[in-house]
Amino acid sequence: MRIGIDVGGTNTDAVLMDGAAVLSATKTPTTANVSEGIATALRRVIADSGIDTAAIDGVMIGTTHFTNAVVERKHLTPTACIRLGLPATVCLPPMVDWPDDLREIVGGNAHLAHGGHEFDGREISAYQPEEVRAIAGKIRDAGLTAVAISSVFSPVNATFEEQSAEIVREVIPGANITLSSEIGRIGLLERENAAIMNSCLRQLAARTVDGFKAALDELAIDAPFYISQNDGTLMNADFAKEYPVLTFASGPTNSMRGAAFLSGLKDAIVVDVGGTTTDIGVLQHGFPRVAALAVDIGGVRTNFRMPDTYSIGLGGGSIISPHPLKVGPQSVGYELTEKALVFGGDILTATDVIVAGGSEDIGDKSAVADLNAEMVAAAQARIMEMIAIAVDRMKTSATPVPVIVVGGGSILVTGAIEGASEIIKPQHFPVANAIGAAIAQVGGECDRIFSLAELSREQALEQAKAEASERAFNAGAAAASIEIVDVEEVPLAYLPGNATRIMVKAVGDLLGG
Amino acid sequence: MRLLYEENIEDIALGAAVLGTGGGGDPYVGKLMAREAIRQYGPVELYSLDELDDDDLIVPAAGMGAPIVIVEKLPAGDDMIRAFEALGKYSGRQPRGTMSIEAGGLNSVMPIYVAARLRIPMVDCDGMGRAFPEIQMTIFTAHGITASPFAMSDERGNVLLMDTVSNAWVETFARSCVVHMGAEGMIALYSATVKELKAAAIHGTITLAEDIGKTVRRARRSETNPVDAVRRAVGGFLLFRGKITDVDRRIEGGWNRGDARMAGTGAFAGQRLQLDFQNEHLAARIDGAFAATVPDLIAVLDSETGEPITTEALRYGMRVAVIAFPCAPQWREPAALKLAHPRYFGYDVEYVPVEERFGA
Repeated sequence: MRIGIDVGGTNTDAVLMDGAAVLSATKTPTTANVSEGIATALRRVIADSGIDTAAIDGVMIGTTHFTNAVVERKHLTPTACIRLGLPATVCLPPMVDWPDDLREIVGGNAHLAHGGHEFDGREISAYQPEEVRAIAGKIRDAGLTAVAISSVFSPVNATFEEQSAEIVREVIPGANITLSSEIGRIGLLERENAAIMNSCLRQLAARTVDGFKAALDELAIDAPFYISQNDGTLMNADFAKEYPVLTFASGPTNSMRGAAFLSGLKDAIVVDVGGTTTDIGVLQHGFPRVAALAVDIGGVRTNFRMPDTYSIGLGGGSIISPHPLKVGPQSVGYELTEKALVFGGDILTATDVIVAGGSEDIGDKSAVADLNAEMVAAAQARIMEMIAIAVDRMKTSATPVPVIVVGGGSILVTGAIEGASEIIKPQHFPVANAIGAAIAQVGGECDRIFSLAELSREQALEQAKAEASERAFNAGAAAASIEIVDVEEVPLAYLPGNATRIMVKAVGDLLGG
Repeated sequence: MRLLYEENIEDIALGAAVLGTGGGGDPYVGKLMAREAIRQYGPVELYSLDELDDDDLIVPAAGMGAPIVIVEKLPAGDDMIRAFEALGKYSGRQPRGTMSIEAGGLNSVMPIYVAARLRIPMVDCDGMGRAFPEIQMTIFTAHGITASPFAMSDERGNVLLMDTVSNAWVETFARSCVVHMGAEGMIALYSATVKELKAAAIHGTITLAEDIGKTVRRARRSETNPVDAVRRAVGGFLLFRGKITDVDRRIEGGWNRGDARMAGTGAFAGQRLQLDFQNEHLAARIDGAFAATVPDLIAVLDSETGEPITTEALRYGMRVAVIAFPCAPQWREPAALKLAHPRYFGYDVEYVPVEERFGA
């Protein structure tokens, strides 16, 4: 049996699953100290099902906590950046394209040093250890211990990043260092951005993951626990502490994978209605469609492969102003259960309009009995129009497609959606995210250099795919479920024999899960 | 004359990336360079050719090399200025302004960086109306304007100056030198008077790029189909919609070379497209048959957002639309067509204008 938990900005959801069966599900407000919310959710799903905690094989946690921290500019550790590549790259220093407020919070402590490589492995300029040592001294004197290190073409040769890390560690004992080569691909600014954000988030990650562990300990759950990553696979807790940026897209990935699981559909549009926003994504062959372009996180450009989602400011807590009619994007958010009319508050929200329209019976219905019926109908129509436009935007053709509606705000969907062949609100729709976490997959990677002197490129790709698949299998994936989800090549012109670095990722369902 | 501000850059870069047919470098880097320069030095004056004196000397500024390198080894900035100033020094004439050599992502906006930093005018024209991989492939060559004198600089401070007997020789020498510079060099070339440019340049390119960029942005905002908006804005044809199934790329002789393969979706289900590139997209074949070739333009767009995708960003699994549209009419004159004929790129086929293949 497995427990899936989704820690969102508003709610913490948990589900207990036995194979494909959902034994119990619960939703509880996210607490400032996230582990309290998790403990509450865990206690409930276990109590509801009456199982013995010893029967739990694993706990999978998905969280948007780190993404939210960047978006909300909270709990970020000031971080310095050292980039090796002088005299190249000067006109675009680290964090050049960051929003001003975020750059300020992070400290804007950017340094350029000599080093870096050409595409063919030659050095751009001689690496100067003393220069890095002097920079590290400045960083220490500025009171910083978090450092990101980038070097031009480090995906081809990471030596200078590694050597610099050693120096920084000598100068700043216990420094929190992220190397860009560990988390990104070609594209210096994007890879560097991700490295900086990773160091910014490590303290929060350590606290958060320890909090998760404490919550499990409190309930005497001894099973291994995992955190879900961008691509829908799991990482263990220690790895998550080191690489929190790898969780950035796990929220939408889990919700869409959960929607696919609950509906049994592999190709559909998923509409995830939350308290403040609605995210629309596309399922293709059971997986989220990946965005083709760079994805911004809190205004910072990265080159992670993310699900292609489109967000609109519409949710259960969206504030409605009647004259002239306006729905959102302001929202009462997590305060819905205090501020909405049906909950005794004094703010007209999307939830109030739905209750007044008669399709749902939530809270105190009499509180919305006096609302103007025309306004209520117009607001409901506007909500459906907003969703229909967003759905249309994500479609690849005019052909009607099934639309799966999930998330706590799903009650907002009250009628037909233009362009939808059917609307499915699967059972357990409010906790699709947690289900997505519970059914998360395990992955295997192959990242190594092939010489195309002995192998054809096709043979090398096949070999890399086979190795990645084998690793996924060894990590516990069911053989039949293993799929290749990512392939990337970096030609290494400096090595003889037409060498190329091939990176392949395979994922599969956990066996027996 | 009008002023180019930070907010104009976005549209120009977006439109130029469509015209750049996958090449010309990631517009993002050029856009950031132009934006940072305008922030620091103020807006840039954009002139039409008619507003300048016939005798004024204009020196185009550009970057050269493998586009995948430029997103990683970001330019120094000084390299660009060094090449531009070296050319003026060698010519013995003070350039009045700068312009784009091509309407490609990076090279359409790089001159904005130079114009801002040196506080000189930028001219609203270019030498191709699109992007091409080789230096001699310009309307200028067909009109007898020389690429020499030619200056190239790297981030280290090296400056190479060349005076050659033909524009093709500039290409030959510069291409092998740029490999030594790490497949990235900043160049100044094709200096010409305003009088010469009036006859030989493609006029209004920056404004055209800005208009295309605006069209895409508006289409996105009004929730209409941006791919279709781009297709209409450039008078083009939809070749394909599908998913990228493989990308084979190499850095060869200072170029990004390779091909991308796609499997059709929707109305194109069951069809396969092969797209060849050498920095820019050269030819698209559907199920083995040529659907479009140079000098016509072939653009790969994100199937949802209409965002043009450069060759170095093509990746397994992407959902894309491929459109093709007619080149500037100057390219179809014999002297120019010879420079950019499919045969020049090794395809043993006649050039068939794309509108003859797909037009009514």
